[in-house]
This record gives sequence, C-alpha cells and structure tokens, in this order.
Amino acid sequence: MKISTFFYILKQGFVNIKRNILFSLASLGTIISCLFLFGIIYSVVINFQSGVKDLESTITISVFFDKDLSEENIQLIGEQIRLVDYVNTMDFISADEAWESFCEQNYDDPEAAKEAFGKNNPLRNSASYSVTLKDVSKQAEFVEYAKGLQGVRRVKSSEVTADSISTLSSLVGYASIGIVVILMLVSIFLISNTITIGITVRKEEIGIMKLIGATNFFVRAPFIIEGIIIGAVGSVIPLVLLYEMYEKILTYVAGRFKVITSIFAFVSQEELFKTMIPVGLILGIGVGLFGSLVTTRKHLKV
Amino acid sequence: MIELENVTMTYPGGMTALKDVNINIEKGEFVFIVGSSGSGKTTLFRLLLKELEPTAGKINVAGYDYSTIKRKNIPKVRRRIGVVFQNFRLLKDRTIYENVAFAQRVIQTPARFIRRRVPAMLTLVGLADKYKSYPKELSGGEQQRVAMARALVNNPDIILADEPTGNLDPKNSLDIMNLLEDINKRGTTVVVVTHNKEIVNEMKKRVITLKKGVVISDEKNGGYIDED
Repeated sequence: MKISTFFYILKQGFVNIKRNILFSLASLGTIISCLFLFGIIYSVVINFQSGVKDLESTITISVFFDKDLSEENIQLIGEQIRLVDYVNTMDFISADEAWESFCEQNYDDPEAAKEAFGKNNPLRNSASYSVTLKDVSKQAEFVEYAKGLQGVRRVKSSEVTADSISTLSSLVGYASIGIVVILMLVSIFLISNTITIGITVRKEEIGIMKLIGATNFFVRAPFIIEGIIIGAVGSVIPLVLLYEMYEKILTYVAGRFKVITSIFAFVSQEELFKTMIPVGLILGIGVGLFGSLVTTRKHLKV
Repeated sequence: MIELENVTMTYPGGMTALKDVNINIEKGEFVFIVGSSGSGKTTLFRLLLKELEPTAGKINVAGYDYSTIKRKNIPKVRRRIGVVFQNFRLLKDRTIYENVAFAQRVIQTPARFIRRRVPAMLTLVGLADKYKSYPKELSGGEQQRVAMARALVNNPDIILADEPTGNLDPKNSLDIMNLLEDINKRGTTVVVVTHNKEIVNEMKKRVITLKKGVVISDEKNGGYIDED
C-alpha cells in the first residue's frame, strides 16, 4: 500500500467519525462504560485472587507419624511429600516445637505451663510435617496421598475452608468472565450499528467508488479504521480514569481503614496495570476491529 | 472490446429484460444503444459494469470473460471503463477538483500524479477555472462535464454513458456529445445508452436498437427507429 493511500484511508476514517458524530459518540460512550466496568471487575478479581493466594499459603495440612517412628522413616515421608509438584512449602515441626506452640496459644502463662509439665511433653508423639499447597483445591487429593504413605498416622486439614475458598474463587472468576463477555457483545453490536449507519450515509459515494474500480479493501478500510479508532479511544479513556482512581482509592483506604490494610494486602497500582493496560487495549481495539470487520464484510461487496 | 454472446437476463421475479442478445463492439467504435423504456438498455448497461450476472450467455469486456472472472479482478475491469450517468452522480460535499481526484484516489494513484492529471482533465472539459466550485454551483451541463472529466481521468479504454444528455437542454446536450466524439477520436471506445432521437439522428454513428429485450436493428451510420 502506498503511503498516500494509507493517509487517505486514515483521513477517511476520521471523516466517517465526524460525519456520523452522534452515533460515533454513542459507540464511544458504550465502549468507555463497558471497559470502565471491565476495569473495575478486573481490579476486584486480581485483588481477590491475590488475597486468595495469600490465604492459601496460610492454610496448612499437618502430617503426623506413627508412634516411635524412626528419624529415617520420617525423612523418607518428607521426601515423598516433596515429590508432589503442587506442594508449596513443607516444614518439620518437632514434638518440642509443637508443645511450645500449643502453650503459647492456649495458656495465659505459657512458661508456667511448660514448667508444670517439666520434661514430660504431652505432645511427644505429635511431631509433624506442616505442608502448604500451591493450589488449595488440591487439598483433598493431597490428604489422600499423605494418608497412603507408610508411617503416617493421621493427616489433619481444614477441608471446609479449602473447599469454600476454591469454590468462591472460581465462582468470582466465571461471573467476571460472563459479565465481560456480555459487555463486549453489547459494544460489538453498537459499533456494528454505527458502521452500518455510516455505510448508509455514504451509500452514494461507495456506489461510485465501486463503479470506478475501487477494491474491496479500499472501500472497507475507512470503516475498519473508524471502528479501530473508536475502540482505541474507548479503551484509553477508561484506563486513564481507572489508573488515577485506583491510586486514590488505595491511598484513601490506607488512610481511613487501617484495619482492612492490616489483614488484606492490595495489589499495587503498577502491578495491576501492568496487565490491565494491554488487556484493556486489546479488548477495546479488538471489539472495534471485529465489529467493523463483520459489518463491512456483510454490507460492502464489490 | 465488448462482446455479448447469446446473453439473456431474467430477474428473480421472472421478468426477462434481455433475450438472446448478441453484440460485438470493436476498439475505437462510437455506438448508440437506443430503445424506449423497458427495452433493456439499463440492464445491458449494468451487465457491462458487472453489477448484474446474466442468466445465460457470455460477456467479454476489455479481454475479461465475465463468466470466469475472479471477484478480485472485477475492480481491474471497471478501471478500464469510464462511466457517465444521467444524474451525474457527483459528490455534493466535495469540490470539482476533489470529485475528479476521487476517481484517481480510489485506484490508489500517487498524489503527485493526481496533481498533474486532474487540472489537465478539467482543462479538457473546459472547467479549469471552476476547480474550487461545488457541484451545486454549476449548471447541469457543467456538472455533466465534470462527470466526463472523472470518467476520463483514469484513461479508460471504454466510456460507458447512460443517458448523458437526459437532464440537459439541447445546447448542452450537443456540447456533451461533441466532447464524447472528441474523446472517441483519440481512440477511446464510446458506448452511449440514450433515447435522445435528435442527437442520435444528427451524429450518424452506429446505432443498436433494443425492443423488449431483443436487438431489432444494428446499423452503421444509423438513425433512431421510432417503434410506433
């Protein structure tokens, strides 16, 4: 394609928007609203997933051994646990550590309790491996595996918590995808409508172009450019707005609701937008391109 | 240059517009296609532009066989044909210069070429001084001359004109026909679809007469045949 043709087509794309300004603005407004909503959902999902990940890392499974199991066998169990690819961390908790931790958590005066029992550790058979998983939904699978290992007496896990977290996590994920897909379909429909009206407005010109010998590409390109411009502008505006807003919200929450920030670590602005900017741009431009491509293919044939 | 072999065109509703038409137009000829309303003139015009597909028969224009031509080659054959319409079909929101330049932009002619060629065409049709005007500021005759400049700017092998004098007074009609004759003398094949009896009789060119979709006469130096 010649440079002059490229600039002519680009100019015609802008001319299309100008001539059809009301509908172009309506499409632009819809894409902005849709991508703004998408951005909010995206921020919530990313923060939620980050929270779930943090939570997942705190859910531990304790693997207890048979009474008087030798150190070698305990190590063997440890090696077999390490072999599982979704195991995140594994720490050995000795009987003394377990007793100390128990005292710390359950007695007002832990030192007095320890002294009272002296060297007679009530939890002497409670040495264990404390395991965390990369994916909390695999907890049941891991428990089954650990129970099957030779020398394992008991596996203690919190099944209800793990199940509800993984269910909630996937539920939020599916709901978000559903909402985004609906928003994108609405945007595609509106862009398609705008392009159809643009084609109707320029019917005479398109008719002459075809008879003079314009190729399909030349006739369609300005309308596709129009769709891409609407999509691109429609994604940049909400992204800039969200970028500014997210920072302000984080500062506001950190200042006013210290309780929340002490139990929940928000994803940083930089971290969030590192993925949201490309995803938002691809969605916006993609919606514009797809909407215009489908419409021009349907209505403009040489 | 233009060849129609046993061409029949029946519209989906069942109306037959052309029936077994055979026409052969050589390079450099000037031909009138005449007939009253409903004779099939417009259908023939649209078939030549590949806007319609014939129900039967073969059409060959400028070396392109329309029955086998690939879709991507349709613009190529249309670039060999300059089209002039009864209602001019100029773009009202663009100047005369832009209207003529548009035909070159559409076929992706380099800008420097357009800057040279468009003024030359406007000079040829006698409108060089009106290049900044808009169509509504021109008379019917002038608008048709702009349409002629647009048809000629890409240097076509064929000029196809559909009732080019239909909206013009006798003087302007004659001017347009003289311009078409000049173009023809330069080697361009000219096909004029018309029912302007005076013009046809005066110019003494080849006349093909259609009646109810059938060629009833094809004469060199012919005249307008009254069907009544």
